Amino acid sequence: MTAAVVTGLGVAAPNGLGTEAFWKATLAGQSALAPLTRFDTAQYPSVVAGEVKGFVAEEHIPSRLMPQTDHMTRLALAAADWAIGDTGADLRQLPEYGMGVVTAASGGAVEFGQRELENLWSKGKEYVSAYQSFAWFYAVNTGQISIRHKMRGPSGVLLTEQAGGIDAVGHARRHVRKGTPLVVSGGVDAALCPWGWVPQIASGRMSTVTDPDRAYLPFSTDACGYVVGEGGAIVVLEDASSARKRGASRVYGEVAGYAATMDPAPVTGRPSGLRRAAENAIADAGLTPRGIDVVFADAAGVPELDQAEAAAITGLFGRRGVPVTAPKTMTGRLLAGGAALDVATALLSLRDGVIPPTVNVRVPAPAYGLDLVTGQPRDTNPRSALILCRTDD
Amino acid sequence: MTGIDSGGAPRAHTDRFGGRGTKAETLWCLARRPGSMREGTHSDWHSPARPTNPKSLGPRGNEVTSMRRVAITGLGAVAPGGIGVKEYWELLTAGRSATRTISFFDPSPFRSRVAAECDFDPVSAGLTPQEIRRLDRAAQFAVVSAREALTDSGLDVCRLDPGRIGTSIGSAVGCTTSLEREYVVVSDGGRKWNVDHEYAVPELYRHFIPNTMAAEVAWVVGAEGPAAVVSTGCTSGLDALGYAVELIREGSVDVMVAGATEAPISPITSACFDAIHATTPHNDEPERACRPFDRTRAGLVLGEGAAIVILEEWESARRRGAHIYAEIAGFAARCNAYHMTGLRPDGREMAEAIDAALQEARLAPDAIGYINAHGSGTKMNDRHETGAFKRSLGDHAYKVPISSVKSMIGHSLGAIGSLEIVACALAIEHGVLPPTANLHEPDPELDLDYIPLTARERQADVVLSVGSGFGGFQSAMLLTRPEARS
Repeated sequence: MTAAVVTGLGVAAPNGLGTEAFWKATLAGQSALAPLTRFDTAQYPSVVAGEVKGFVAEEHIPSRLMPQTDHMTRLALAAADWAIGDTGADLRQLPEYGMGVVTAASGGAVEFGQRELENLWSKGKEYVSAYQSFAWFYAVNTGQISIRHKMRGPSGVLLTEQAGGIDAVGHARRHVRKGTPLVVSGGVDAALCPWGWVPQIASGRMSTVTDPDRAYLPFSTDACGYVVGEGGAIVVLEDASSARKRGASRVYGEVAGYAATMDPAPVTGRPSGLRRAAENAIADAGLTPRGIDVVFADAAGVPELDQAEAAAITGLFGRRGVPVTAPKTMTGRLLAGGAALDVATALLSLRDGVIPPTVNVRVPAPAYGLDLVTGQPRDTNPRSALILCRTDD
Repeated sequence: MTGIDSGGAPRAHTDRFGGRGTKAETLWCLARRPGSMREGTHSDWHSPARPTNPKSLGPRGNEVTSMRRVAITGLGAVAPGGIGVKEYWELLTAGRSATRTISFFDPSPFRSRVAAECDFDPVSAGLTPQEIRRLDRAAQFAVVSAREALTDSGLDVCRLDPGRIGTSIGSAVGCTTSLEREYVVVSDGGRKWNVDHEYAVPELYRHFIPNTMAAEVAWVVGAEGPAAVVSTGCTSGLDALGYAVELIREGSVDVMVAGATEAPISPITSACFDAIHATTPHNDEPERACRPFDRTRAGLVLGEGAAIVILEEWESARRRGAHIYAEIAGFAARCNAYHMTGLRPDGREMAEAIDAALQEARLAPDAIGYINAHGSGTKMNDRHETGAFKRSLGDHAYKVPISSVKSMIGHSLGAIGSLEIVACALAIEHGVLPPTANLHEPDPELDLDYIPLTARERQADVVLSVGSGFGGFQSAMLLTRPEARS
């Protein structure tokens, strides 16, 4: 079967705009978590976030698109430009129906939506933007990327919250395997506005700790919820042979295995599907757990969820059986962008043979039995990475 | 955190880390460096030392071949004019329109004041008080439809590996009704930008992330395989089924609970369609508001509803003696990469999707015996897809009967594609083609056979259903009569 390889990365992360800036910051353990500045948080119990700073939309987005795009879509368009540029491919040489776009979304373009809801309810329906019908909705990033790059092939949009980035990449791989030579995938999300903030407070899982270095401590005995960030990554998947044929200069890695599971209803008392998903993905890649060199964890930062994830990892790999890391401690959880950024981070880790660290967690809770990479990056030359994510449903 | 009285009961938060469902989904992805070199070069592209097997392996190590076929074995629907598949089909075959003046809110400020609303009572539909409180209207539709489909299929899920059952739900705008209702509360009627978390209901996050709808459906069935919400605007209902088909074909699952749901009839939806004049201003005779292919058509009519089907791998459905309504024989999706809301009159990308679906089904264009059109009733759409049919089917386009059920049940955005597939499956089952209601004055520009006003008795062996969506999405799906291909 055709191998789906990643030939381009575009990163828009709180701790780095652009792939190399992000990677440098990540290896240096530079966290972007800080008190939120996008709006006044004085009234809210949660105040720490991972904001993408220094993004000047006008430098990346045609003026025509400005009134019809949310911050989220602008970040996604920029990341897509970078990822496509990174491939070195001349898209005019590829068949227009041979290029597709599959992205993930969670809450849509929430800030755009809030503004138009406000216009409707405070002023009246005449004040609602003519762009509202598509600017806020879940499919907007795929639609705008496909239009901008004239990609007319099989496309899609998947909503599975934090897991969306990986579902999108898994689906993009399907398209590549079925004969679409190039598929743009991943996810970029941004919901740092009050109407995006309040639902997360209502979830009861967002950290209320005000010290940015203590707010998000997955696998720690001090774990106290998660911090939300914005951004994500766009990746370009290509059919290995067609990439070779066009003379692609670089391949970051192959998407070798993918699987998804659904937890049973809480009332059933049946076990979580976490470990089963891992087993299926490893089997799909034709590997065994011994072939996995690093695990990029979901790292919810919520004790019961951390415990479940640790149990799945140790159940599969043994106690301290595999290095585990969570670079998202530097960015916060990015909703639909999170798993996509983890995919990009894992590919960079494979490229440079180094595992980036988990920051702010000094020692993981001993009971979890995890070999968590903390402090310095680890030069263990990993050749395969396993990325895990979950929805917070 | 304290709840503050908002004129009714205080809205307390759930306990931190407690009182909620556990995480609903886990996914893994493996990225592997192609060779030992730090940077990939041509020479190390061949290298992954994967065990080679002449037969490709699925996620559970099972053999995957392209021969796995997909059967529709159960149907469920919540539609305007009727809850349940039987009532839905009666409405369609009677050629009755269920569009009416909007009753859910005061529509008087809006240019378009009609919609196809469901008379849905969650209690008599069998939902528990907990489900009614927890679920958005769209999720309620989905759960009720899923139960109907499961019962209809006769599938005994207890005898199956729950990990081999997946869920795929389409929705364009998710839990928009609940979100708008809650927005009005926490923003004090739109007065506060810094909306008030103390008035937020505990369910708010579940409404914010619509994948919870897939979780609810999975829980109804006991499905523990992959679960996702597919959201490609108005093609979501077709694309969610297409996604499900791919999962069965590749061998990741054997059964999919798949379909789509939408409950978009709310002020914000009306406002945003008003703003671009997508919805019709024909308010005077609500039941005549949606007029696909008619010279006087002036826009779509918003609808709501859900349709969920049970899809099974063909051979296992046959083995258990399941009733098979139809086979999903082909599916393709394309993007027009043209405009977020506009369509090219020549229908090039839709034709491309139709061609690709035919190719996948290994069928010739002249095998098509009925087309369930997107037929939204906008000036632009009906021209666009007429162009697409001619492009793909050539002369056969003039012979094949075509209709739009949106003339009767409106356009329920992400749900409509699945509702239309249920209509197609029933058309095959009963040998009856639903009509296009309200088609009294044919548009001379649109010169195909659009089955005006009354249903037509005719056995179609191959049925095409198409959809177009904001974002530039174009999808096509082919169903075949089981007897015709066995």
